[in-house]
Amino acid sequence: MAQILVLIDHNEDGPRKVSLQMLTAARRVAAETGDTVAAAWLGEDADDAEEELGANGAQVLYWWDSEDADGYVTLPKVEALATIIDEHDVSALLFASSNHTKDVAARLAIRIDGGVITDATDLAVEDGTIVATKEVFGGATITKSRVADGKFPIFGISANAFPREQVDGDLPELVDIDFDLSEAATKAVVTSVEKEASADRPDIGEAAIVIAGGRGLGNEDGFELMEELADVLGAGVGASRAATDAGWYPHRYQIGQTGRTISPMLYMGSGISGAIQHRAGMQTSQNIVAINKDAEAPIFQIADFGVVGDLYDVVPALVEELRDRKG
Amino acid sequence: MKVIVPVKRVPDTAGDKVIDEASLTLDRDAGDAVLCPVNEFAIEEAVKLKEATGAEVTVLLIGPEAAQTTIRKALSYGLDGAIQVTDDAIAGSDALGTARILAAALADEEFDLVIFGNQSTDARTSLVPAAVAELLDMPSLTYARFLEVDGDSVTVHREHEEGWDVVESTLPAVVSVVEAINEPRYPNFKGIMAAKNKPLAVKSLADLGVDAAAVGSGDAAATMYEFEPRPPKAAGTIVEDDGSGSAASDLADWMEEQKFI
Repeated sequence: MAQILVLIDHNEDGPRKVSLQMLTAARRVAAETGDTVAAAWLGEDADDAEEELGANGAQVLYWWDSEDADGYVTLPKVEALATIIDEHDVSALLFASSNHTKDVAARLAIRIDGGVITDATDLAVEDGTIVATKEVFGGATITKSRVADGKFPIFGISANAFPREQVDGDLPELVDIDFDLSEAATKAVVTSVEKEASADRPDIGEAAIVIAGGRGLGNEDGFELMEELADVLGAGVGASRAATDAGWYPHRYQIGQTGRTISPMLYMGSGISGAIQHRAGMQTSQNIVAINKDAEAPIFQIADFGVVGDLYDVVPALVEELRDRKG
Repeated sequence: MKVIVPVKRVPDTAGDKVIDEASLTLDRDAGDAVLCPVNEFAIEEAVKLKEATGAEVTVLLIGPEAAQTTIRKALSYGLDGAIQVTDDAIAGSDALGTARILAAALADEEFDLVIFGNQSTDARTSLVPAAVAELLDMPSLTYARFLEVDGDSVTVHREHEEGWDVVESTLPAVVSVVEAINEPRYPNFKGIMAAKNKPLAVKSLADLGVDAAAVGSGDAAATMYEFEPRPPKAAGTIVEDDGSGSAASDLADWMEEQKFI
């Protein structure tokens, strides 16, 4: 029986949410193709990861507990995956469609003659072939794509595209990976990892709720208000390019054409007019709330709920209201 | 030192994007085309290297003759010359096919560093820089928010969701940059005038030794076969705040209905 392989994206605490969502995607495909669901853990061990992956549907777990996986740029993971795919019967690979992992997919595809479809929001099986749904042009057009016959299919899965589903799974069958890293793979060395302070809030790419602030905040102190609102809701905080360009919030939280693309359950933008460059990064959010002084702001055209008013009146009142209702 | 900056001609984000029904690819003649905004950060970083080390900077573009306006625009920032790969067989190439053409064009040149933008604003796959690096058997130092070259070594800060990794490598290498890395300057009049006379080498797939059958829509590893416009969204509820934050309770009601609290 062939396997659908999921590359587990994780940090030292365990698998990221998107990895468990990808296991759901893999189980749905496997249910149609009759394949089994396998996962690949590349990098240093995390407590209870095996149990958690099993409980979310992984039947086989390829395990490479090595500090080399993150000690060098991209290639160790490419070589580990190429080894698994070469030695086992793997029919497709799913990966979290985020920045650094896209590099792994791109290099792997060249190496094993694969095809890559990034940012898939759904998968289906048509005539025995896996096809991917993908939203393009900032969410304005919905497309279906497939990988050509004879090419190894690789799919990048968007965060929040699939739900996390627990199954009554046993512990996965553990398979150690054994290979020697090539000399080329050790050329680019990671000498240190710098983490920025607010990493205790969920990443905006994965968060169920994202609070975003823009030019209308007027200054960087406005983001303290955004963070206060976010913390009531357990949300992530993002920003428009106007706000990151002004230096009010770090660039890596920028939502839009040249920044991150997010699709949370709820996006709440304050002081953001909704220029097309911003919409390209958030239009596919399932629910959109806008708070803006200007009733003509284009963001109201895509808002499920809009408040025309001063965010400095509305947001503090909302924070209080939410705290009250939550008791 | 020699630096090559691959650039892309993309539809203006504000313009309409139309998929051609017959070829199932983006109709690139339908709207205004511009130099990809993300390329400007790559060009700025190359110009800084030119100023600091006297690096020679060449721009590389795949595209038809009409794309020469994009090349001249890129050159107007003060770059030294350009390579254009143009061939009818290229149309419809996917990200990996594009990477094969770029890698062949790069393999034809001498260089120390390739600087990409981290994504194009049209396709946004971010696959090309790493795929090119793989084809050239070089390190891929992508998503750089900081770049420093010292002799034959390069240091970049690779941005990720929680911060960044500090990465060191030897040259030659392939880098992609994110917009946090710099603030691009505007081209000046002198640069715009000088761009008209900078050398431009035009190459075909045959010149690069690329098999036309291995690129283009016929051999794309990933193909889109069906598309539809996003269904229009029903108009939402709009409330007006009276200046006291009164609308906050309406919003909280809605959030409760939607089960966000």
